[in-house]
Amino acid sequence: MPDMLSVKNLKIEATSYPPGEPPKVVTLVEGVSFIVEKGKVLGLIGESGAGKSTIGLSALAYGRGGVRITGGEVLLDGKDILTLDRNGIRSIRGARVCYVAQSAAAAFNPAHRLGDQVIEASLRHGIMSREDAKKRALYLFRVLGLPNPETFGDRYPHQVSGGQLQRAMTAMALCPNPELIVFDEPTTALDVTTQIDVLAAIKHAIEETHTAALYITHDLAVVAQISDDIMVLRHGKTVEYGSTKQIIEAPREDYTRALVSVRQTKRDEAADQTGAQLKIENISAGYANGFKVLHDVSMHLPKGQTLAIVGESGSGKSTLARVITGLLPPTEGRITFEGKELPRALKGRSNDELRRIQMIYQMADTAMNPRQTVRDIIGRPLSFYFGMHGQKKTERVKELLDQIEMGTRFLDRYPAELSGGQKQRVAIARALAAKPELILCDEPTSALDPLVAEGILNLLLKLQEETAVSYVFITHDIAIVRAIADSVAVMHRGRLVRFGPKSKVLSPPFDDYTDLLLKSVPEMEIGWLERVLKTRRMESAGN
Amino acid sequence: MMESGPLTGPVPTDGTADATHPRSAELSGVPAKPNPAANPANSEIGGTLWRRFTFRRPLAALILQRLGLSVGLLFAVSLMIFGGIEALPGDFATTYLGQSATPQAVENIRKDLGLDKPWTERYLSWLGGAVQGDFGTSWASKNSVGEQISRRLGNSLFLAFFAALVSVPLAVGLGMLAVQFRNRLPDKIINVVSLAAISLPEFFVGYLLIMFFAVQYGIATFPATVYDSMSVTERLSAIALPVATLVLVVLAHMMRMTRAAILNVMSSAYVETAELKGLSMFRIIARHAAPNAVAPVINVIALNLAYLVVGVVVVEVVFVYPGMGQYMVDAVTVRDMPVVQACGLIFAAFYIFLNMAADILAIIANPRLRHPR
Repeated sequence: MPDMLSVKNLKIEATSYPPGEPPKVVTLVEGVSFIVEKGKVLGLIGESGAGKSTIGLSALAYGRGGVRITGGEVLLDGKDILTLDRNGIRSIRGARVCYVAQSAAAAFNPAHRLGDQVIEASLRHGIMSREDAKKRALYLFRVLGLPNPETFGDRYPHQVSGGQLQRAMTAMALCPNPELIVFDEPTTALDVTTQIDVLAAIKHAIEETHTAALYITHDLAVVAQISDDIMVLRHGKTVEYGSTKQIIEAPREDYTRALVSVRQTKRDEAADQTGAQLKIENISAGYANGFKVLHDVSMHLPKGQTLAIVGESGSGKSTLARVITGLLPPTEGRITFEGKELPRALKGRSNDELRRIQMIYQMADTAMNPRQTVRDIIGRPLSFYFGMHGQKKTERVKELLDQIEMGTRFLDRYPAELSGGQKQRVAIARALAAKPELILCDEPTSALDPLVAEGILNLLLKLQEETAVSYVFITHDIAIVRAIADSVAVMHRGRLVRFGPKSKVLSPPFDDYTDLLLKSVPEMEIGWLERVLKTRRMESAGN
Repeated sequence: MMESGPLTGPVPTDGTADATHPRSAELSGVPAKPNPAANPANSEIGGTLWRRFTFRRPLAALILQRLGLSVGLLFAVSLMIFGGIEALPGDFATTYLGQSATPQAVENIRKDLGLDKPWTERYLSWLGGAVQGDFGTSWASKNSVGEQISRRLGNSLFLAFFAALVSVPLAVGLGMLAVQFRNRLPDKIINVVSLAAISLPEFFVGYLLIMFFAVQYGIATFPATVYDSMSVTERLSAIALPVATLVLVVLAHMMRMTRAAILNVMSSAYVETAELKGLSMFRIIARHAAPNAVAPVINVIALNLAYLVVGVVVVEVVFVYPGMGQYMVDAVTVRDMPVVQACGLIFAAFYIFLNMAADILAIIANPRLRHPR
């Protein structure tokens, strides 16, 4: 009996159009072969640009944009789907092979009800009658733990939460009883506490329906919970391919070993946490429409140390950063910096007060002017705060580039010519240029691949040692907190849940929320998901 | 990332959510996720009665706002029309009297018509009448302006209605067809022909049609004058050529806009989802792309409908069609101000009303406002 899906020697190419140069053909994937048996899950793992999604979509004979599958075979049940004509391919998509996209929020059509979208493929391919499809959708909504499964299908995509949408997307893929499902980073955009529920739901649904699956992710800890085999990819080529157990416990390649051991750095906290360079007292803040985001938040940070603020999206952590910078004046409370109360609003602050607090953003892309070179980007605060120009400025920019371990050859590059990690480094150099005493880091690593993120974290730690700068580090990732923080503040729905030295906050006894948060962080360990689910109350199933 | 309203639980990162559902500028006054029912934070939503109302019923609030704006705008326009006509050189009395315009006679006529009173007084009395539907009497013919206009307006609307009836479905259909055959022959043909049609001035198109269909083949009627005594079929055959002219003029604009709006939506993630469901191209366009392209398409349709009613002056003159446009042109030549003012105000009202309707329809077409959480 042929395997469910067998990919042989796959080659995928795309044409790129670099500005000012003739178009050239780029090879995205080369020489990739794998097998998925019936009812089994293969995890595809790698950093962005490794070709994971491209390979996943090849199982549907689909290429995004100008991507073309130019070589190899994709055998579905022994038959090469790459040789099929348009109608042949259409009869496979949505019927025998289904796809779960990374961002369900974007992948659902905002104009139609969820139920109609879930059963659409089954009806259009004539797999089942409307009645049967509805029954199956209801069954799947139940299996996936969606709230009010009877009426869930009547709702519109914007009316349900991100975690629910992701599960609805899984229901949509499972509905026509496909032989294979391609999951493309289905939990990446979710909070950890939501991710664990979705992960459990997906795993349960796969077991219930005996579907084969390709599971694409960049998080090895996640894929370890769900897949039977794992393929590690890099630059479109296979690095290592083996059983989950072998990859996690006995990786053969250096790259895999690096992936497995990533985020295991831990740093001891500072012993003395009595001082307070930054003191936040009873801050409440809200937006102009009258909605209050922060409720009576207080915390402090000693000089030269790192305060990590953890919480899910919507917990108010980024808002707190905006309040500290003065972008959003608080309605109540006060902020003291170096013993002096800061004016509430940006307008009221002096240039020097502005200089001392700098910020690094999550998306380095959008935080830099794409029309300016690295020299201009880093040089701007130099001339703004210190009036530097000419040779002196260039020297200082070079110095900063050395500090962020990039070197002077990047001086005249544009942001578009840098990788994600390099962009974030330039953003750090820009913040450093002002000689700040405090840097607010708003999820600076969450858009980066694990290994790159680790490099950025190490850089930040090194800079702290060199310049004694303090960090307020906003993150949703407990592993990062463990790696860099001295003190930790846990936020939930605009309130401070827990605050203190790292060792205290991250050890029991816990309050309910911190407990939930800590237990939801995937660990690089087979069987972790089952173990956690057993001990955990499923109260957050509504996510 | 930023918190943009009450949150009941984890939501997708705002980066993705906002990128997928770009709110149009006109909707930005409304909170992104009004969610009063499910959240205790609701009690903290302070502010005026109106603010609470916009939170609870965002749709109704936006529509009310549009209505209010439209009425305000109409008053502003009435002032501008009156002011503009005041500022015109020359006056009715001198034009009317022609050679026999002695200062005394001019003075008498001005007095008769009330032109010696201050303009504020005249504006208020005109506005007071107009609000009640009384547009005064024509200076030239001494007939009631309202009566004249109602007949003319009926004719213009008759013409515009049939032009719209043909052009709107045709434009939307051709737009969808062009998307389906994007960058292939049918798309290119549709594009070139529509570009040609949009580039030719309407009087030229009108005369071309007359030359071919009325003069050479004799299958159409010219002039397109309609009388009270004509039956509906006779009327329809009379207006065939002006309708065709109008259709050709407005079609291209709507068609191209439909094509652009749908193409824009076609690059979204949910269209990819539809494609990966193995749906047919037609179903993807009609069911998944079109509903999300409604707002921009409605806007351009409304603009063109307004053009059909307001901008037909040239076409009416070419085809000697007794509509509003011709009436207004005649009135301008003799400085018959009550008629000009009334026509201007009605045209403005149509424009404002159609644009308001487009706005409201676009608001209603937004499922986020139609079905608040």
